[in-house]
Amino acid sequence: MAARQVWITGVGLISALGEGRDAHLAALADPGAVAAARDSASFAPFHVHPIRHLDLERFMPRRGDQRAMGPWMQYGVHASGLALAEAGVLGDAALLGRTHLLAAAAGGERDLALDEEILAGLAGRERPEAYINTRLTEGLRPTAFLAQLSNMFAGNVSIVLGVAGSSRTFMGEEAAGVEIVRVAWRRIAAGQGDLFLVTASYNAARADMLLLHQTGGRLLAGPWRGLWDRPAGGMTLGSVGVALVLEAADHARARGARPIARLAGVAHGWSDRRPGAASRAAAAQWDLPAGVPTLVLSGASGAGPVTAEEHAFLAGRAEGLAVRGTAAALGHPVEAAFPANLGLAAWCVDAGIAFPPLATDPIESVGSAAPRRAVVTGWGVRRGEGLGVLEAP
Amino acid sequence: MTASPVAVTGIGIVTSLGEGTEANWRALLAGRSGIRRITRFPVDGLKVTFGGAVDHGGLGALTVAGRCFAMGRAVAAEATAQAGLGDAAFAGPLFLALPPIEMEWPQRRRIAARAAAPRYAAMLAVADEGPEGADHVDFLFGTVADRLARAFGTEGAPISMSTACASGATAIQTAVEAIRRGDCARALVIGSEGSLQVEALIRFGLLSALSTHNEDPAGASRPFARDRDGFIMAEGAAALVLESPAAAAARGAAPLAYLRGCGEAADTFHRTRSNPDGSAIVRAIAGALADAGLPPDAVDYVNAHGTGTPENDKMECLALQAVFGERATRLPVSSNKSMIGHTLSAAGTIEAAFSVLTMRDQMLPPTINHREPDPAIPLDVVPNVARPAAVRTVLSNSFGFGGQNVSLVLSRDAG
Repeated sequence: MAARQVWITGVGLISALGEGRDAHLAALADPGAVAAARDSASFAPFHVHPIRHLDLERFMPRRGDQRAMGPWMQYGVHASGLALAEAGVLGDAALLGRTHLLAAAAGGERDLALDEEILAGLAGRERPEAYINTRLTEGLRPTAFLAQLSNMFAGNVSIVLGVAGSSRTFMGEEAAGVEIVRVAWRRIAAGQGDLFLVTASYNAARADMLLLHQTGGRLLAGPWRGLWDRPAGGMTLGSVGVALVLEAADHARARGARPIARLAGVAHGWSDRRPGAASRAAAAQWDLPAGVPTLVLSGASGAGPVTAEEHAFLAGRAEGLAVRGTAAALGHPVEAAFPANLGLAAWCVDAGIAFPPLATDPIESVGSAAPRRAVVTGWGVRRGEGLGVLEAP
Repeated sequence: MTASPVAVTGIGIVTSLGEGTEANWRALLAGRSGIRRITRFPVDGLKVTFGGAVDHGGLGALTVAGRCFAMGRAVAAEATAQAGLGDAAFAGPLFLALPPIEMEWPQRRRIAARAAAPRYAAMLAVADEGPEGADHVDFLFGTVADRLARAFGTEGAPISMSTACASGATAIQTAVEAIRRGDCARALVIGSEGSLQVEALIRFGLLSALSTHNEDPAGASRPFARDRDGFIMAEGAAALVLESPAAAAARGAAPLAYLRGCGEAADTFHRTRSNPDGSAIVRAIAGALADAGLPPDAVDYVNAHGTGTPENDKMECLALQAVFGERATRLPVSSNKSMIGHTLSAAGTIEAAFSVLTMRDQMLPPTINHREPDPAIPLDVVPNVARPAAVRTVLSNSFGFGGQNVSLVLSRDAG
């Protein structure tokens, strides 16, 4: 059986740059807007790219639903609503009942004030564990756990938007964001489903998330610098909610849904990250005929040494690639990085445009010849070398 | 459309009952409980003071991620050895069911202690331990899978999955799909749950999901009984080596059983409760049977989700009645959780492994602590004592918080 073609028929994206296609393509062309989207004060000396506004009423009008989620889940539910609406699936119970949901998730927001109260109260106590037991038992909001559980992000997408076919949550930083797309793409190609919603979310404006990454010294501290010009601690985290509707081309045609782009391939390497290993894994996947104007959206986080290795890898590819490191504008949204770049790439392929360079680095110097193909890289900070290829349908 | 069967060629099990498949199976058939008072951390002031902790070999001193890795490695070693794969690199991908991972209180306290003030901003200033520091690597979600992938030499990117209490079954289903579509001939599935740390215990307790029979840990898990009052948080792991029947035959491996069908459904009703009409559970069960190409009558035994919460057991009974009709009162249905507690992310893999053993030995594990039947649940729960039965096909159910429901159909034979 010939593999079925996979189309993207809906894209939902919310980030520090705003919401949706027009806002993103306008902001990406405006260095002032990109700079203004950063927040270098709230977590100084670190930087985050926060989502500043979310219209909760649009997809989550019920107060009970709003209270059941923190911002992390809300961003993803909102993006899922946007993608389903564009694909013409939102509100269609018959289609939603057959929609398979794959989510890439970390965990939800902790009660940081309670953590700090407990840590402060521990000083000089003879039985600190007993104190923690009592304070957590008294202080944790019972329902807050449901806003923290990884799988409850997908659970809320199902409950709030009615996605009822199935629900699976993938975990594991950037790699989870690659695998939700790869597994959906393979399942559609092999006839194991027609209609998928893949979604990921990240809330960067969380001290607990900053702490997770800074225990490894991963964050850029001090003055902001261009993405390709950072020390090993070079990551600036970014809030993103993203969702893609992936659909079998025949299924989309039959219901009159318009393709935004065709998902031509997804590959995922797993190197041990000795010097050069990630490049070798990526080179093994890079099977693109030359001569097609190609936009490359890199998911490089800014953290070293892998960002420098990816930079060298991309610089060594064929001439004429228009490379853009989108973390310079969105920040690094970890699980959401790969799907967010696929969403941006789908818009670029659909419109036949590439937004201007986001850095002064030579690999971003190639201009915006109308791309017919887009490549998205998703190299994790620690593991995984993802690659996605989109083409005009 | 009926999909092709997938062979199970090796299993491995660790629970609070012990290490290894045979030790666990003997204890399960003897009706023993692995539930005990918690000694791993002080339980002063806690609403719930017991659980199914796996503490042997110093596991209790590790982080959640450390326990998940250690248990996962043990069960995968057992499963690959049984499958006859030896120590060679595992020629297939890894699918891991895993709980969410986050920094725990000992690490948080340690960082706070060296900070100028016990606040996140000050902790961030002194947090950097380098990219290989344990307080960093151990709390990344991808680390357990990465370490297991390296330990067994699995191929490609390992996938870590969570559908709460259905995670183990979801990992099996995702692997079965990959084998069926020819992406791989073989897959290693591991479900590993090591979440018994104090904050997780408190959070589940605050949801009023846990039994509070602190005075009687071994007797606390009472699935389907009238006096059931919640589940027991427990740890454990299981691994399954899955292969296409052709690949197993080509290397002369004898399948232990077959995954015949997988069904899943997302409930859109509520965050912790099923739709009162049971429709999502029914869809998952019916989907698994349809995928297997088997009628309900082919099912000889149900390995129940059976958590022992008032809500779950009532709903599961309702769904079984909807699927099996009048036969539901005679069909044996038992809950391993009466003995090992609720192993959460690992439950789907552990219960699939026990389902394989049920068919191998033609023995039904009991539902222990069944002293007061619930008149609203007229099921044959195999009360208190294991018994022999002819079992060709098992239905194994897993239902997660958030409405993520998965059912598996396993058979002794391929068709």
